[in-house]
Amino acid sequence: MDLTLHVWRQSGPKDKGQLETYPAKGVSPDMSFLEMLDEVNEGLIKSGKQPIVFDHDCREGICGMCSQVINGRPHGGQERTTVCQLHMRSFNDGDEIFIEPWRARAFPIVKDLIVDRSALESIMQAGGYTSCHTGGVPDGNAHPIGKPVADYAMDAAECIGCGACVAGCPNSSAMLFTSAKVAQLAVLPQGKIEAKARVKNMTDSLQEQGFGNCTNHLECEASCPKGISVKFIAKLNREYMKTIGC
Amino acid sequence: MILDGKTPTGPIEKSWDKHRFDMKLVNPSNKRKFKILVVGTGLAGGAAAASLGELGYNVEAFCYQDSARRAHSIAAQGGINAAKNYPNDGDSIYRLFYDTIKGGDFRAREADVWRLSQVSNNIIDQCVAQGVPFARDYAGYLDNRSFGGAQVSRTFYARGQTGQQLLLGAYSALSRQVKAGTVKLNERTEMLDLVVVDGVAKGITCRNMVTGEINSYWGDAVVLATGGYVNVFYLSTNAMGCSVTAAWKAAKKGAFMANPCYTQIHPTCIPQTGDHQSKLTLMSESLRNDGRCWVPKKKEDCDKAPGDVPEEDRDYYLERKYPSFGNLAPRDIASRAAKEQCDDERGVGPGKRGVYLDYASAIERVGEHTIKERYGNLFEMYEKITDENAYKRPMRIYPAPHYAMGGLWVDYNLMSNVPGLFVLGEANFSVHGANRLGASALMQGLADGYFVIPYTIAAYLATVTPGTVTDEHPAFKESKEQVEERINTLLNIKGKKTVSELHRELGKVMWEDVGMARSEESLKHALQRIPEIRDEFWNNVNVTGSGAELNQQLENAGRLADFLEFGEILATDALHREESCGGHFRVEHQTEDGEATRDDENFAYVGAWEFKGNDKAPELHKEPLKFENIKLAVRSYK
Repeated sequence: MDLTLHVWRQSGPKDKGQLETYPAKGVSPDMSFLEMLDEVNEGLIKSGKQPIVFDHDCREGICGMCSQVINGRPHGGQERTTVCQLHMRSFNDGDEIFIEPWRARAFPIVKDLIVDRSALESIMQAGGYTSCHTGGVPDGNAHPIGKPVADYAMDAAECIGCGACVAGCPNSSAMLFTSAKVAQLAVLPQGKIEAKARVKNMTDSLQEQGFGNCTNHLECEASCPKGISVKFIAKLNREYMKTIGC
Repeated sequence: MILDGKTPTGPIEKSWDKHRFDMKLVNPSNKRKFKILVVGTGLAGGAAAASLGELGYNVEAFCYQDSARRAHSIAAQGGINAAKNYPNDGDSIYRLFYDTIKGGDFRAREADVWRLSQVSNNIIDQCVAQGVPFARDYAGYLDNRSFGGAQVSRTFYARGQTGQQLLLGAYSALSRQVKAGTVKLNERTEMLDLVVVDGVAKGITCRNMVTGEINSYWGDAVVLATGGYVNVFYLSTNAMGCSVTAAWKAAKKGAFMANPCYTQIHPTCIPQTGDHQSKLTLMSESLRNDGRCWVPKKKEDCDKAPGDVPEEDRDYYLERKYPSFGNLAPRDIASRAAKEQCDDERGVGPGKRGVYLDYASAIERVGEHTIKERYGNLFEMYEKITDENAYKRPMRIYPAPHYAMGGLWVDYNLMSNVPGLFVLGEANFSVHGANRLGASALMQGLADGYFVIPYTIAAYLATVTPGTVTDEHPAFKESKEQVEERINTLLNIKGKKTVSELHRELGKVMWEDVGMARSEESLKHALQRIPEIRDEFWNNVNVTGSGAELNQQLENAGRLADFLEFGEILATDALHREESCGGHFRVEHQTEDGEATRDDENFAYVGAWEFKGNDKAPELHKEPLKFENIKLAVRSYK
């Protein structure tokens, strides 16, 4: 199939940036979206132009590196799918495709489709862990954890930290990202002990990093390639309430 | 040179405990004076940086991704082994040790494997303490599944995302240390040289991948945890950024590359669809627990829909050939068996390079719900890529390069032959021999990072004075200049071929001549072709853009340049090893029914290569392997 791409090009953080138009011809439906971009880049290089830069690594939907807004939807809007797992069979011959980077104040653009997501690192560093030491911990079966609790924690832990929730949110809020870690650790016996400090520190960090607030648009869940549920935001709010007066 | 692995003597059961006691320690108040550089933040590097930082060392960590959480350990699906024996099915440290040595086709060091098996249990405890949500049963206890190459259920898992969860555990420990100020993390930073002063590793030179700046970093020790090299095949299950670069730079500074020909071709990957393919996707080996591999018995049935091939016309070839292990035969064996069926023109799917992995009987036995619970995300991933529903129609799979058992040579302390250079995880050669068993890579990465390096690095540091060599030493300036010069050379070739085109060419040679089956003829062909492609690369590659900016073409070109040198060592090693063992299969050395024939008399050693320059043959150093606890035997899974 033949497509027309409108791709955000921006040479650096200070450049204004603009959409450039490129044809993508003879695209196979079996290609992944990134393989389609690889081919376009090969063409650009051959014609003496600068290839489009974009973040990607594992190309199997788990590393969280790829980050593109396609036709206005983070990761292209297909349910539970990252850009790298999006296949060209979801497009039709003659389609026009708009490709842009994550847009959020907390994610400055580095170049073209690449943004700086270190704000998410700061949130994790503020408390996204249990403070256990290496070694000197009890046997793995010392604290039985009911299957529903373990499953709940796993549902939250599936977050790949890509930042699509932020890109999808009209407020550029990172509540879903933060809540997934808060919820995972808050329900496990290993994480309960520090639950209050964790939710407080991570939420404070979220505000410091320039992310917006949550006003229940639920776009985050709709954008999430792992289907992380907004129920974790409710959990975060409950956990946060517990800290008031502490 | 005969290499000494410095393994402890005495009864193996006590070897690690005794060694731990014998090693020197660094006084707690002195630890902060030592600076340790850790390159790579996967399971091994992340765990090492976090643990060393927590101990009080001054740690600086590096990764090429934008976050330490994205290292490719994250993609491991199936699980992690440990000798807990929770299911009461006969497991023990000794059995895990035995299975790993046997699975590795008797080409690993006994003492290293014993230690791995011993600390495997601590790993599970550690991860649980970090909040890793392992699968649990309804009583709340940890659940296990079985995996290839073992007859016990010893694999712990977190749905199909075990690597992700373990890595996030290590990453959270690392984040805690970053916050505490004990670890400084440099993301989007790629190591491009090892700085060696008077034969001792003292630092690294890196490129800041955002600004293009070249910087040197000094340290009292350098730890490489930079993963494997199977992207030398171009198409593999590795992430796009995985490369041999860090390890190869060390090799060019004198570190020996051990057993590079031991490459693992994973049996269950999604077959290639066309030339546009940029990588291959693995489907966890755990799928073979319930899936049955088959191809049609008759060539003419290969084009039929799988449902139209009657039961009696199907060849469940693994069950036929290996009745006791069946579909759970180890990876090397399962991969070769799939290749055999396709070479026999009984492959299925586009290009006829595929076999079926069928769930129909498992669904009938335990129900679709249970299968969904076990492998739901894998079936989903399969459907995204192939547009086929594996609950209704068998999956198509084919082997793909997946893991490197070979790597930089290290002694029992995980130190390379270059003092001060430590190598962990997939980047070293140590425990998997010629073939790695499933769910053992995660185990090794975390064992090395959490429970080995914190002890063994102290023994080395206790012998050096901290901070004696810093980045003011002229060797750092020299290294920086060399790196800059190489980048300028790459940018100024301005040829006609793109980096990907040349990488594909290399990959084609490596896969066809140095892939699943190797012969003297194919290897000699590869050894002729690789230098030709390398020459073409240095004369005709087109690297766009400049060095002083984010430049992915430049990154890829640098990595390919290293693969083009390393590939030759890999093929040289494969040519010299006149035997078949594990992932290394020489067609000249097989039994009548196609099983690998090992030659213990002549090849029971580690082959460690010293790079001498592109125009000179590398020099082989040997470390003889002794088997005192497990009897050398023909590896049979029949």
